[in-house]
Amino acid sequence: MSEVTDKRAQSPLANSEGVAKLSGLRSRKPRSLWSDAFRQYRRHRLAMASTIVLAIIIFAAVFGYALWGHSYSAFSFADQYKNPSLAHPMGTDDLGHDQFARVLWGGRVSISVGIVSALVAIIFGTLVGAISGYFGGFIDSLLMRITDLFISLPTLPLLLLVIYLFQDTMRARFGIVLGTFILIVGIIGALTWMPVSRLVRGSFLSVKEKEFIESARSVGVSTPSIIFKHILPNVLSPVIVAATLGVAQAIITESTLSFLGLGFPPDTPTWGRLLSGAQNFIQISPYMVIFPGAAIFLTVLSINYIGDGLRDALDPRHMS
Amino acid sequence: MTTYIIRRLFVAIPTLIAISMVIFGILALAPGDPLSEFALNPSIPPAVRQRIRHNLGLDDPIPVRYGKWATSVVKGDFGYSFQTRSPVLDQIKQRLPVTLMIIGSSYVISVLLAIPIGILAAVRQYSIYDNVVTTLSFFGFSSPTFFTGLLFILLFTIKLGWFPMIYRSNIDTPGLLGVWEHIKQAIMPIAVLALFQTATLARYVRASMLEVIHQDYVRTARAKGLHEGSVINRHALKNALIPVITIIALGVPGVFTGAVVTEQIFRVPGIGSLLITAINASDTPVIMAISIIFAALVVFFNLVADILYGVFDPRIKYS
Repeated sequence: MSEVTDKRAQSPLANSEGVAKLSGLRSRKPRSLWSDAFRQYRRHRLAMASTIVLAIIIFAAVFGYALWGHSYSAFSFADQYKNPSLAHPMGTDDLGHDQFARVLWGGRVSISVGIVSALVAIIFGTLVGAISGYFGGFIDSLLMRITDLFISLPTLPLLLLVIYLFQDTMRARFGIVLGTFILIVGIIGALTWMPVSRLVRGSFLSVKEKEFIESARSVGVSTPSIIFKHILPNVLSPVIVAATLGVAQAIITESTLSFLGLGFPPDTPTWGRLLSGAQNFIQISPYMVIFPGAAIFLTVLSINYIGDGLRDALDPRHMS
Repeated sequence: MTTYIIRRLFVAIPTLIAISMVIFGILALAPGDPLSEFALNPSIPPAVRQRIRHNLGLDDPIPVRYGKWATSVVKGDFGYSFQTRSPVLDQIKQRLPVTLMIIGSSYVISVLLAIPIGILAAVRQYSIYDNVVTTLSFFGFSSPTFFTGLLFILLFTIKLGWFPMIYRSNIDTPGLLGVWEHIKQAIMPIAVLALFQTATLARYVRASMLEVIHQDYVRTARAKGLHEGSVINRHALKNALIPVITIIALGVPGVFTGAVVTEQIFRVPGIGSLLITAINASDTPVIMAISIIFAALVVFFNLVADILYGVFDPRIKYS
C-alpha cells in the first residue's frame, strides 16, 4: 500500500502547487490500507446509501420484531386478507397473520442463513485454497481436482435432494429450527466454496514467492503462522468482496428453497416461504407478494452494491 | 485441435462418473426407505416386503447397486418411476420439449439483447445510458426469478389481463388462434428468465468490452485514422466477445436451474416441475435421472466453453 501512497505523492511534483500539496501530505498521519479503503468506499454513493439501507434492514430484523410487539403466529380469521393499514402496515395473510411481524421474523431467518452460509463457504474455501496454494504439488492437484468436481455438481437438484433426504434426521437431532438451519447453512456452504478456494489459491501462489515470506521462514516462523499471519492478510481483499456477494447469493438460494417448499418448516416464516404462500392468494391479496419480495430484493440489492463498493475500495488499481 | 478436444473429453468423462457416484452415494446413504409405503400397508407382510427388497436388489452393497444402475444408464435405461410405474425416460421425454423451448428462447433473447446493450454501455462509459444500464442490470440480478415472476403475474395477468397465469399443455383451440394461445402463455415464463439472464450477461459484456477498449491496439487502430465504428466492431468487439462466449456456454446449466423456479411459478409441465414432484414423492429413479441430466449439462457446457475458448482465442495452445 505504501507504494500507492508514494506514487500519489510523487506525481504532483511537476508544479509548485503540487509541492505545497506534497508537504501537506507529509504532515498528515500515515495512511493505512483500511483507512484508504474506507476513504475510497465513502465516495461510492450507492454503496454508502446501500450500507444505510442494509443497516436499517438488519436493525429491523434484530430488534424490530420485539419492538413491533405483534406475534408472527397469532392468527385471527376476522382479519383475513387485510390491505395495509396502521394496525397492519403490510396487511394480513390468509389466516389473518400480521404480515409485518412475519416479514420482520423472516428477515432474521433469511439474513442469518445468508451470513452464516457465506461464512461457512469463505472459511472452507480459504482453508482449501490456502493449503492448496501454499503446499503445491500432490496436495494441490488433488484439492483442485476436488474443487473442479464440486464446480460441476448440479447445485439446485443437489440442494433440494440433500435437504429433502436429511431434514428429518437433522431435525430429530438438533430440533426443528436449529436442525434445518444447520442443514441449509451447511449444504449452501458446501456447494459454494469453490470460487473462493480458487481465488485464495491463486493469490497464495504469487504471495508465497515474495521475499518477506522467505525472510519470515528464515527466522524460523512456523508454517501455520506464515500461512495465516503473513500470507492470508495479503489475499484478504478479494475474499472480503466474495464474502459480501456470497451473502446475497445465499439469501437468494435460501429463499428459492423455501419458495419451492423445502427448508424451514411451514410455521417458520422466511421471506421465501412467505412468497410461496402468497402465490396462491395473489389474486385476492397482492400485498402478500409485494412486501416479502421487496424485502428480499432490497436486501440483496444493497448487499450487491456494498460488494461493488468494496471491490472498488479494496482494489488498488481503482484508487483515485 | 482434435487432440485438444480428446484431452478435454478425457477430463469430462471421469468428472461425470464422479458426479454420478456422489449423487448415487447421497441417495444410498440417506435415511429413509423407498419401500416405506409398503411398511404401512397391512396387506403386505414383512416377509413379502423382505422378498421385494431382495428382488429389487436393495440388499446389495452400494458399489454393486451403483454398478448395476450405471450400466443400465449407459444403455439409456433410467428405470421406472416409483410414482407412476412408467419408464423414467418416457416421462423425461414427455417433459423435456417444453423446458427446452422456454429455456432456449429465453437464452437466445437474452444473448441477443445483452451483447448490444453491454457494448453500447462500455463504449459510452459513464454516460446517462451507461448509468441506466448498470443500474437496471444490478436491479435485474438482485431480484430473484420467483419474485419477478409473481410481479409479472400481478401486473400482466391480474391488472392488465394480457397473459394467462397458468401454463396449459392441453390447449385444443384449432388453427392460428391455438398457436397464439400457446405463444401467449409462454411469454411470461420466457420473459422472467430472459430478464435475469440479460442483466447478468450485459454486465459481463460491458466489463469485458471495457477491458479491451483501453488496450494499446485499440488506441493504435484509432491513431491510424480508422473510423470509430470500425475500431469498435472489428478491433475491439472480436476480442471482447471471447470471454463472453465462454460465459454464455457456462451459463446454460444455470438457465436450467432457473427453469425449475419459473416452471413452479407458472405451473409449466416441464422437467423442473417433474423434479420438484419427484423429490416430494421420494421418487428416487426420477430424481437420479434428472440430477444426472443436469450434471451432464454442466460438464458438457464446460467442455463446450473450453473448446470455444480454444477456437476463438489464438493465444491458447493445444499442445
